[in-house]
Amino acid sequence: MIHLLPLALKSAWNRRATLALTLVAVALAVALLLGVERLRQDARTGFAQAVSGTDLVVGARASPLQLMLYSVYRLGEPTATMDWASVEYLAGHPAVAWAIPLSLGDSHRGFPVVATNQAYFDHFRHGDGKSLSFSQGRPFASVFEAVLGAEVAGRLGYASGHAIVLNHGAGASLAVGHDDKPFTVVGILARTGTPVDRSVHISLEGMEAIHLDWQGGAPMAGLSIPAQHVTKFDLSPKSVTAVLVGLKSRAAVFSVQRQVEAYRGEPLSAVLPGVALARLWDLMATGEQVLRVMSGLVLAVSLAGLAAVVLASLNERRRELAILRSVGARPRDILALLTLEGLVLVVLGLGLGILLLFLLTWGATPWLQTHYGLAPESILLRGQELPWLGLVLAVGFLSSLLPAWRAYRLSLADGLTPRI
Amino acid sequence: MSESVLSLENLVFRWPGQGTACLDIPAFQVQAGEQLFLQGESGSGKSTLLNLVAGVLTPAQGRILALGRDLGRLGGSARDRFRVDHVGLIFQQFNLIPYLSVLDNVLLPTRFSPRRRHRAGDPVRAAAALLGHLDLDEALWSRPALQLSVGQQQRVAAARALIGQPEIILADEPTSALDAARQTAFLDLLRQECAAARSALLFVSHDLRLSAGFSRSVALADLQRDTP
Repeated sequence: MIHLLPLALKSAWNRRATLALTLVAVALAVALLLGVERLRQDARTGFAQAVSGTDLVVGARASPLQLMLYSVYRLGEPTATMDWASVEYLAGHPAVAWAIPLSLGDSHRGFPVVATNQAYFDHFRHGDGKSLSFSQGRPFASVFEAVLGAEVAGRLGYASGHAIVLNHGAGASLAVGHDDKPFTVVGILARTGTPVDRSVHISLEGMEAIHLDWQGGAPMAGLSIPAQHVTKFDLSPKSVTAVLVGLKSRAAVFSVQRQVEAYRGEPLSAVLPGVALARLWDLMATGEQVLRVMSGLVLAVSLAGLAAVVLASLNERRRELAILRSVGARPRDILALLTLEGLVLVVLGLGLGILLLFLLTWGATPWLQTHYGLAPESILLRGQELPWLGLVLAVGFLSSLLPAWRAYRLSLADGLTPRI
Repeated sequence: MSESVLSLENLVFRWPGQGTACLDIPAFQVQAGEQLFLQGESGSGKSTLLNLVAGVLTPAQGRILALGRDLGRLGGSARDRFRVDHVGLIFQQFNLIPYLSVLDNVLLPTRFSPRRRHRAGDPVRAAAALLGHLDLDEALWSRPALQLSVGQQQRVAAARALIGQPEIILADEPTSALDAARQTAFLDLLRQECAAARSALLFVSHDLRLSAGFSRSVALADLQRDTP
C-alpha cells in the first residue's frame, strides 16, 4: 500500500489544475464548518466568562435575559431602574459578600458608560476568577474622573489625562451631549476579553452630576449648572440600573434569590447568570442547528465534487490504469491507488482549511472583540475540534471509495487493453 | 533448454455472447529462451491470446501451462502475481505512464514484484544498463515519458518488460508505430536483450516481413483447429 503513495502523488500532481479547485472547495467547507463551531463556542465561553464571579444579577422586575443582556453585556437599553434603598438592602443582607451597583444609559462614541463605585474594582471577577487590574493609572476618586476599558482606550487612542465628553443615551450620535461637564481619564484597565473592555467607567456621583440639570431625558430649559458648582448639590445616587451580587456561600443562592424577589420595597428580579445564559442558548439552539446543518451540507457538496472530479478523470485514465495492470498492479492496487488519491486530497483540503481558519480567527479577532466583546480562546486547533476533523476525514474516505470502486471495476473489465 | 515456458492444450476461448469460439488451439508451445514470431491478421484473436497468456483472461476450456502452472486454475490475484513475476509486456503504443520519468517507468515492475526486484539486483543500475543497451541517452532518463518520441518510448517499454529478467516477454505489434528503418533497429535490440536476459520472446504481428531473425515463425491461423 505504501509503495503506491508516490505513484498516487505523482498522478495527482499531473492533474493538479483540476484537483486544486476541488481542494479549495474542501478547504473552504472545512473552514466554514469549524468556524461556525468556533464562533458558537467562543460566544458561550465569552458570555460565561463575563459573569464568572457573580452569583446573582438584581434589577427592576424584567425578563431575566433582558436584565442580563443590558447589565452584564451592555446590549440593548435598560428599561427601568431600582431605588438606592434596594441597593442598600442588598449590600446589608447577611448572606451577601459584596454588591456592585451599575447605572447605565449614557455612552461615549458608541461605547457604553457604566457608573459604579469602588466595589467594581474590588470585587468584579471574570474568566476563571481574575479580578480587574489597571494597565495605567488608578480608579476614579472624584466626580469627573473616568476609567476606560482596554478596547475603548486602544480604539480611540486615549491615555491618562485625556478629557472626554459623554453623550446621553446609547449610540454614537452627537445629538445630545454632556459637553458642559467633561471627564478626565485617570485609569485604563488591563484587557479582560469581556464587555468591561468596551466600557467607560465613571462614579455614580458623576452620573448624578451630569444629569443634575436634566429631566425626563432632556436638558432642562433655562437651567444650567456649571461643573465647578455640582459639589454644592447632593450627588448621592437615587437609583441604579442593576446590582451584581456576590454571596458569602454559593449554597445560599436560591434562598437569597427568593428573598430578593419577595422584597417589599419594590418589585425586583434576581437572576442566576448560568440559568439565564442557558435560556439564551436554548433560544439560539435552532439557529445554531441550522448553521451547523448548512455548513455540513457545504462540506458534503464539496466532498461530492471531489469524488465527481476523480470519477470524471477515470475515463482519460483508463489507459494509465491498464498500463499499471500490465506491470503488475492488481485490481486491489488500483482500488488502493484511487482511494489513496482521494484521501491525500481530503487531508490536504483539511490542512488548507485549518490554515484558513487560523487566518480568519486571527484576522477577525479585533473586530469580534470591538463589536461583540468576543475573544477567541485560542487561534490554534482545539481539542473539541478533533472529532470534527475525524468526521471530515471519514466522510472524505468514504466519498473517495466511490471512484476507486469504479476504477476497480473498469480495470477488471479492461484488462490490459482498455476499450477506449 | 528444451523445457517449455508456455504450453497451450486444447485451449478454447469465446467472448461472452458470441456463438463461435474466438480461439480454439489444440496445442502450442514456447520453449525457454525461444524467440517466436506469431503472425496473425488484425481481429484474428492475437490480443486475446496475449491477454490469456498474461493471465488477464481465463479460457473457457483447455489449459494454459505457464512455467508448469495452470493459469486457469489460479485465482485472480495469483494470476496477477504470476504476470508481474514472470511476464514482461510491450504493446503497440501508449506503453508508458506519461507523468512518470523514463527511469520510474522502467522501474515499475520492480515496485510491484519482489521477485523481479530481487532478480534485478540493484534495480536502478539494472534499469540504467537496459536503457543504455537500448540506446537511450542518459539525458532522457529523468524526463517525463510524455516528452519522448514514439521510437524512444517503445525502447523504454522494452527496457521495462525486460527488467528483472522475466521468463516470458510478450510483444503485441510493438513496432507498428515505427518507420521501417527503426523497426529493424528496434527488433534487433529487443532480440539481443531477450537473449541476454534468457527470456522467451513471443512476438505478435501482422507483418511477416519482421519475422526474419526469429528462431521460429508461426501463423495464428495454422494453430487454430480446422473447422469442419
